[in-house]
Amino acid sequence: MEHLTRIKVQQEDFNLADEYAALGNQADCGAIVSFIGSVRELAGDSLLSMTLEHYPGMTEKSLLQITEQARQRWPLGNITIIHRIGTLSVNEQIVLVLVSSAHREAAFRACEFIMDFLKTRAPFWKKEQTTAAGYWVEAKDSDNQAAQRWSSPES
Amino acid sequence: MFNIVFFAALRETLGCGQLSWKSEARSIAGLIQELRAQGAPWDSALARPDLLCARNQQLCTPDEAITAGDEIAFFPPVTGG
Repeated sequence: MEHLTRIKVQQEDFNLADEYAALGNQADCGAIVSFIGSVRELAGDSLLSMTLEHYPGMTEKSLLQITEQARQRWPLGNITIIHRIGTLSVNEQIVLVLVSSAHREAAFRACEFIMDFLKTRAPFWKKEQTTAAGYWVEAKDSDNQAAQRWSSPES
Repeated sequence: MFNIVFFAALRETLGCGQLSWKSEARSIAGLIQELRAQGAPWDSALARPDLLCARNQQLCTPDEAITAGDEIAFFPPVTGG
């Protein structure tokens, strides 16, 4: 059976129920895993908003490549990735990943794999606007380590 | 001629998002050298060890060979998701 990959980079919000329906899950897939990332409050200064910039063209290509790499590792059904851009406020949804597979293990692992690589390879950048100042979010070592773990053979 | 694009904090530091750059450089490293030779703020901004680059929208390393007409991008580490 043909398996579909849907990738969208958009300003508009998304709705999990609609996207779950649009995933068009197939009869051979008994597991669907979803991940949603949202804007969280900062520990210190209060966050007014977060603005997401991206590299149009490369973003879509890199997300597609990440899903292709996931498909080489696990037998997967349909995949959806939606990533928002523009200015968002606390609690707003940023990213959605939906992955289906015959069994849960592949679906869980592929969803994590896609998020780990999205965070370290896809050309998105966050700028936080607090009551005090606006600054670009620094990349985290923990995100790089999360992506690195997939290069060890036991993964 | 190369189409060079910059993103995020780097774009702001340079005050430049896009550049048509005439060059005989054969690698991205060569382009970096030429751009840095313009002095501040190019010199320090493009010296960052964590600088990422892409050739025709594909991540690569600075030793990547380039040919005229390529789109070359420079940007800081990514922070999506």
